[in-house]
Amino acid sequence: MKEISDLILPDDVRYAEDHEWARPESEKVRVGIDDYAQDQLGDIVFVELPQVGDTLEKDEVFGTVESVKAVSELYMPIGGEILAVNTALEEFPELLNSDPYDDGWMIDVIPSDPDDWDALMTKDAYIEALKGGK
Amino acid sequence: MKESLGTSGLILNEPLLWEKGKKGRRGFSIPRRDVEFSPLNEDLAGEGPDFPDLSEVDVVRHYTRLSTWNFGVDTGMYPLGSCTMKYNPKTNERQAGLRGFTGAHPLLPAGLSQGTLKLMFELEQYLSEITGMDAVTLQPAAGAHGEFTGMLVIYAYHKSKGERRSKIIVPDTAHGTNPASAMLCGYQSVPVKSNEQGILSPEAVAGVMDEDTAGIMVTNPNTLGLFEENIKKIAEIVHAKGGLVYCDGANMNAVMGIVHMGEIGVDVLHLNLHKTFSTPHGGGGPGCGPVCVKKHLEPFLPVPRVVEENGKYSLSEDFPESVGKLHAFYGNFGVMIKAYSYILSMGPGGLKKASQLAVLNANYIKEKLKGVFHLPYDRPCMHECVFSDELQKADKVTTLDMVKRLMDYGYHPPTIYFPLVVHGSIMIEPTETESKEDIDLFIEALKAIALEAKENPELLHNAPGRCKVRRLDETTAARKPCLAG
Amino acid sequence: MRYLPHTSEDITSMLEEVGVDDLDGLFSTIPEDCRHRGDLNLPEPLTEWELNDRMGALSDSMAVSPEYKMFIGAGSYEHYIPASVSNLLGRSEFLTSYTPYQPEISQGTLQAIYEYQTLTARLLGMEVANASIYDGASALAEALLMAFRITKKRKVAISSLIHPLYRRVVQTYLEPSGYEIVELPYLDDGRTDLSRLAGINDLAAVAVQSPNFFGCIENLKEIGEMAHEKSALLVASFTEPLAYGLFKNPGSQGADIVCGEGQSLGIPQSFGGPVLGMFASKMKYVRSMPGRLVGKTTDLDGKRGFVLTLATREQHIRREKATSNICTNNSLCALAAAMYMASIGGTGMRELAMLNYDKSEYLKSELKKAGFKINFESPTFNEFVVEFPAGFENTYERLLEKKIVAGLPLAPYYPELSSHYLLCVTETRTREDIDVLVREVKS
Repeated sequence: MKEISDLILPDDVRYAEDHEWARPESEKVRVGIDDYAQDQLGDIVFVELPQVGDTLEKDEVFGTVESVKAVSELYMPIGGEILAVNTALEEFPELLNSDPYDDGWMIDVIPSDPDDWDALMTKDAYIEALKGGK
Repeated sequence: MKESLGTSGLILNEPLLWEKGKKGRRGFSIPRRDVEFSPLNEDLAGEGPDFPDLSEVDVVRHYTRLSTWNFGVDTGMYPLGSCTMKYNPKTNERQAGLRGFTGAHPLLPAGLSQGTLKLMFELEQYLSEITGMDAVTLQPAAGAHGEFTGMLVIYAYHKSKGERRSKIIVPDTAHGTNPASAMLCGYQSVPVKSNEQGILSPEAVAGVMDEDTAGIMVTNPNTLGLFEENIKKIAEIVHAKGGLVYCDGANMNAVMGIVHMGEIGVDVLHLNLHKTFSTPHGGGGPGCGPVCVKKHLEPFLPVPRVVEENGKYSLSEDFPESVGKLHAFYGNFGVMIKAYSYILSMGPGGLKKASQLAVLNANYIKEKLKGVFHLPYDRPCMHECVFSDELQKADKVTTLDMVKRLMDYGYHPPTIYFPLVVHGSIMIEPTETESKEDIDLFIEALKAIALEAKENPELLHNAPGRCKVRRLDETTAARKPCLAG
Repeated sequence: MRYLPHTSEDITSMLEEVGVDDLDGLFSTIPEDCRHRGDLNLPEPLTEWELNDRMGALSDSMAVSPEYKMFIGAGSYEHYIPASVSNLLGRSEFLTSYTPYQPEISQGTLQAIYEYQTLTARLLGMEVANASIYDGASALAEALLMAFRITKKRKVAISSLIHPLYRRVVQTYLEPSGYEIVELPYLDDGRTDLSRLAGINDLAAVAVQSPNFFGCIENLKEIGEMAHEKSALLVASFTEPLAYGLFKNPGSQGADIVCGEGQSLGIPQSFGGPVLGMFASKMKYVRSMPGRLVGKTTDLDGKRGFVLTLATREQHIRREKATSNICTNNSLCALAAAMYMASIGGTGMRELAMLNYDKSEYLKSELKKAGFKINFESPTFNEFVVEFPAGFENTYERLLEKKIVAGLPLAPYYPELSSHYLLCVTETRTREDIDVLVREVKS
């Protein structure tokens, strides 16, 4: 397991308590899991994602991610309609380990409520939260 | 220097069945044909399965070689916590192989099946006596099957009172089958945390118990190897709101002849004959998971039930409130024979002694290894004790590394990473059939490994080194499953 | 006691180490009011020799082959089991080992079960098979629960010609969750009446058994097409897998899930258990499958090895969201079946299935010649229904006294078939046995 100081935590995203990240890209928001999550899970073997067109609320479960010995649920960092789903993860779940912020993106969401974004943590706030949790 | 128990030796490789064989080889004596060929509808006829053709020698060598890659209780110590890997008596196998049992068809008239029916009837009585409960069903084919049966009984009980409760309390130390079985009955699991002593506190249970809760699923002794000391009070709390107490009896080996399950407020309980009652595990089953209930729940037991009248045994379906059937016939009779033989061989004193010695062995190991490994609950344990890898963290050695190395020393690893409440848990259950010398050797092996963790952690990271294979790529096996050849 | 190795010196020395005066002292955490009072009221222990006598007496009181000539199947079949299979199964490395959670020292079990999965998949014509369920009945129940999970619907149509005891188990499993079961009646030809399907929607699955309880072969292809038209799965059940040595397997007919009883494959009848729930499906549904799965992989040196895989479906990880609560299954029975399938081979299986079929057809034709009515015209495998004249119960009893079991009376299961009997003939009955039966029922 990585030390907090070794975690890769980009500045252009915001973070949710359950270790998802969200990045605004014009009218949509791209979502994935962060370096802490993939490090904790270990080798990821399977990802279950929602259907394009589904509408989910903030904090609702949008999928699951599995390692060999564990399953984790994925929670919407913001609410909205699923615009796109990264189908590459079906064949290459390992992208979540190797490139969680780019090729390992999970879903694109059309946000329904701008306030949801404000509730997410900046990188510094997230690091504090991780330290507090430990 | 004493030789290690684990050593390397010549074992043979063996291909997959379909990688050997030759068309036309025969491993089976086809019976004599004494009737003519009958016409066969060509539309319905198939090709027959694509099985390899092997000679008897091929088959015998194949499985003999495969068996040498395995490790059984007969090979050596198997301290898997919660599994009770005690010695499997050979006379039990002899009894189960008797022709009158193996050849018995389950649907013959009762008059032709008195032997099997009598055995089942008496076994029910013995288990009732051992647990202190009033009535027993032998039908469930495994512990989890018994848990499901118990949940059905609880569901039926509430239904008979015109109620439909939706929740059941499940402690954080529960085995995964508990919430899974509850879910089969539509019950939502309500978690409750164990306290700092590793047991349930009445207050915590009272905090979640209400009139929409069907009951609680406890394991006693629990999966930390501790007796749930507050069980009577907890049962009272649950009963007061109309709930029932289910006990997962997987750990019964600690308390035979000592604890009276009926007395402590348990309403329904399952046993694992393949744990406490010495029937062999068979590489993953078959087992037998009888369910024992108090009188008020007897009407709900699965049917048919064995009844006796004037020394004659028969099967009765006359139980209108029964939950129904869990198994096409009567459960795993072949496993029941072995448990029955075991109980008759041990006798009342023997069973109690077995529990006492199981608990002695576990406490002895606990005392000898505390300090070597971190002991999260430093209190008297029952038949198993739980350590963690906390002390080895500094050397970057995990529970997994240590138990993989233990194989090289000639031992099957203990249970690891369960219960979930202890991070990196190592659950050791020696059972009563291990002698002091063998346990002392086991302790020495673990001490040696703890030393290796400091001095040579790489050895542990790469362990095992003496087995047929080294650590396996479980990631690819899950990413790209290859489940048939 | 020979299973308790501790001497009194051992005990004393260990108690000292633990810091307790006597064995009772080990239980100090158990309150008095939780205890047994006095000793357990059980029989005094028997010596090994007394146990042999006692068990021998119980065994001797049973009606079994070869003293009794059995013409009864109905989910439990008398077949020959090679000595090699029984012998290999007794090897303690297989018998006394646990579930292969530590793969490095369990490669024997793991490869053997991988082979079992493969042979089962080939036998049933499916892409993937699991490591076993408890029996054919629980396998069917699990198959229906799996269909509910996959389709997210809550209704199933079940043929009334699925084994009556299996249907009862299904009812028990499905009742608490309120799933709906629609029963499909049967036709005069001894097969399932599909007409009721036309008016039903929202089906998760259509379940049939083939050969069915009357021994008749169902038209799985047609049923599968009807099911798929309704976006439902075809669940094909069986009680006698030997049939697929001769007849088309369910996979080739479009089945999505196949589940049934494998006892015929090298497992003794044993009064109904332990037996073998065989379970297979299409690969696309594998993550919804219950039970253990063994997968092939490689180790650190690149050598081939086997592991339990896709464990995230199971109870020890997924807990209440698991595909099933199953933990201990019937692994040793699966091993027996694999050994049997390996011994009999593809060629042998076909021959043996043919022999079963021909012997059963011989009895059928002899009974017809003797004037008895064979009710259902559809082709059968090694079981079929015959209608005996009213009052046959007396003949049946008389035959029992002569140590002949003339089938299973159907009246308790199908009240409308009050004089009907389900007869079974396997390779274990000789032509002479069959001739004697016919002679006896005629008189």
